[in-house]
Amino acid sequence: MSNPKIDDATGVETVGHEWDGIEELNNPLPRWWLWTFYITIVFAIGYCVAYPAWPLIDKATAGTLGWSSRGDLENEMTAETARKAGLMAELGNASIEQIAADPRLRRAAIDGGRAAFKVNCIQCHGNGAAGSAGYPNLNDDDWLWGGDVATVHQTLVNGIRQPGDDATRMSQMPAFGRDGILNAAQVQDVVSHVRVLAGEEKPSASAQRGAQIFTDNCTVCHGAAGEGNRTVGAPRLNDAIWLYGGSRAAIAQTVNNARYGVMPSWGNRLDPVTVKMLATYVHSLGGGEEAPAPAPQEAAPPAAATN
Amino acid sequence: MTAHDPNLRADHSNEIGLYEKRKSVFPKAIDGAFRRFKWLVMAVCLVIYWGTPWIRWDRGPYAPDQAVLIDLGNRRFFMFDIEIWPHEFYFVAGLLIMAGIGLFLVTSAVGRAWCGYACPQTVWTDLFQHVDRLVDGDRNAQLRLQKAPWTAAKIGKRALKWAIYLGISFATGGAWIFYFADAPTLQHAFWTGTAAPVAYATTFVLTMTTFIFGGFMREQVCVYMCPWPRIQTAMLDEKSLIVTYKDWRGEPRGSVKSALKAATPLGDCIDCMQCVAVCPTGIDIRQGPQIGCITCALCIDACDKAMADVGRPRGLIDYCTLDDAEKEKRGEEPTPILKTIFRPRTLVYLGVWSAIGLALLFMLGQRARLDISVAKDRNPEYVMLSDGAIRNAFTLKLRNMEARPRTFNVALEGLDGGAMFTDEMDAAAAKRVLTVEVPADTTKPLRVYAVRPRGSKPAEFAFVLTSDDKEGGMDRGETTFTTAEGNGQ
Repeated sequence: MSNPKIDDATGVETVGHEWDGIEELNNPLPRWWLWTFYITIVFAIGYCVAYPAWPLIDKATAGTLGWSSRGDLENEMTAETARKAGLMAELGNASIEQIAADPRLRRAAIDGGRAAFKVNCIQCHGNGAAGSAGYPNLNDDDWLWGGDVATVHQTLVNGIRQPGDDATRMSQMPAFGRDGILNAAQVQDVVSHVRVLAGEEKPSASAQRGAQIFTDNCTVCHGAAGEGNRTVGAPRLNDAIWLYGGSRAAIAQTVNNARYGVMPSWGNRLDPVTVKMLATYVHSLGGGEEAPAPAPQEAAPPAAATN
Repeated sequence: MTAHDPNLRADHSNEIGLYEKRKSVFPKAIDGAFRRFKWLVMAVCLVIYWGTPWIRWDRGPYAPDQAVLIDLGNRRFFMFDIEIWPHEFYFVAGLLIMAGIGLFLVTSAVGRAWCGYACPQTVWTDLFQHVDRLVDGDRNAQLRLQKAPWTAAKIGKRALKWAIYLGISFATGGAWIFYFADAPTLQHAFWTGTAAPVAYATTFVLTMTTFIFGGFMREQVCVYMCPWPRIQTAMLDEKSLIVTYKDWRGEPRGSVKSALKAATPLGDCIDCMQCVAVCPTGIDIRQGPQIGCITCALCIDACDKAMADVGRPRGLIDYCTLDDAEKEKRGEEPTPILKTIFRPRTLVYLGVWSAIGLALLFMLGQRARLDISVAKDRNPEYVMLSDGAIRNAFTLKLRNMEARPRTFNVALEGLDGGAMFTDEMDAAAAKRVLTVEVPADTTKPLRVYAVRPRGSKPAEFAFVLTSDDKEGGMDRGETTFTTAEGNGQ
């Protein structure tokens, strides 16, 4: 490069490389480009000082501004909590019936309940609350323990068959086959009868034999016509909905071994406002019932189960 | 750099800039037909720009009373009696297409008329050049001042001029924000320091761009930054009007005095350089069509004045097509101006432009001010009830696009034996027609459960939205009813 080559057309020095006769002019970088470059260097130094930048063994330099993305999130969450504080206080002070009666509070509770449902409930009841075998569909109008909003709320608070919660929903169907109360033929007969009650089968001799067995063993909880009993969570049997399946095999399995569905006491796990919102949301899914007129309490027999 | 300039090395000792240094332009004041037209266009453009946000338009108590308002926060665009919702954005898209084709039309007919008269860069540059003349004097005074040392007088003049620049720029940048919020309210908030930060930021950015683009960069924006001068080479053809120096008439050029002495007769151009002196982009039109020419036609005014002074016919520099230039060179009659403008190409553009415009107007007249959209629940797709009935859930979005509350009817069309209820109703009260109040200018979501009896088949059906009030209107949202057998499709 001691003897710089000058390009004739422009009078500019070339860089000295040549590719098939094509040479490159050694023009200086444009000034604006150079200055932008210098400014980025200065900016980068400032950034490294002000923000987390240099990785160390177990963390990174914190930066003088103390900024962190976790801190950002925390600020946003705090702001959001503060924004909702008034509404949450209102929901906290209102009873579940008052929330149901106030369109504004009810709408807020449904929205909050939808979010809480996604976190706490979909593991068993499914994203759309449609349930699956053994886990009730919350969209329909069939309720084991009652479908008005206060009852749903109580079920949520105390759970179902939760040890340690004295107010939990509690009942137990006998394992008629396993415990030897009914023999195998009797079980098949009572299965026939139950399926006739639900309209799944035509009446048969087996079903007629089963009717007597049903009256002797089952009506005390499930009712004479299989209409169920919500005070003990005994499912209605004469409808189209089967929690554990409506095939002969599934019903025989239930009669033989009984079922013991459980749900946690959410009152022990979630704050009261969230439980109220969840109850309001579940009640809004299309199967919610009006609160019943107070009915005389019947003596609850100890044995019941779900179908 | 296309040709080697032998002086270059000596002058610059082999240093060459990548960019040409700007030669300042000091256009001389000129009066004439085109200048007066330019004044008019400038006045109209500026009045429209500054005045529009302040026009009031009564839309009743539920909508803003600003005639033109782009309400980004609420996602509404108001223009006099027209209110555009985000889902009607195709109207805006249609307007943009019309603007594009309009540019094609104008360019193919009258060349770069947009550049020369209506482009904001042109309008504000023109305005700033008038400020130059007001403070510094006309071209010669400006040239002298440019070369003068920085005396107190020069500093004072520069300070005054740039202050006026800044004032205009601030008014320009500040006016922009009034299109996006209620102008009087925002104006008050702006001066009391309570406006949104974005209002101040926008004002600052637009003030600075106006100050820099209009005050200092000027024709460089047109020549180096703007894509339109490049695109227009595809739009112009030999029948487009451009500003033309009629060299066959003007050359060889020479002053009146030298013409008297010349052996051979000289052309009409007296080489007075007035066309160069008045040019706002500092070009010499006599070098032919070039990218720096925005066809503002001020050189036509200048040349006409010079020709009148020496008693020669006007139009040595004139709007002229390339075709006509050839014809005139051969001594033929030029094509009549109307025939030049109304030729197949421009008529096709005009046809397309008008067709889109008419279609938009038609759609505007036809559009319903209520709207329904249906989102069907996919999880679960259907729910079986105790009695074997099947229920599907839907979220309806009911749009009331009138600026007042309305009562809508939502009815089932098809779905025999079906009924529906909302999440605010008891299932027992299900019916086939629901009556819903929707607040003014609002979309109301409505959760609807449709039920059909046991054994029903999958079906296609629709929710029909109507209103009994005087505007009426109807919209359908088609959907399907799903059972265990599928969704009927």
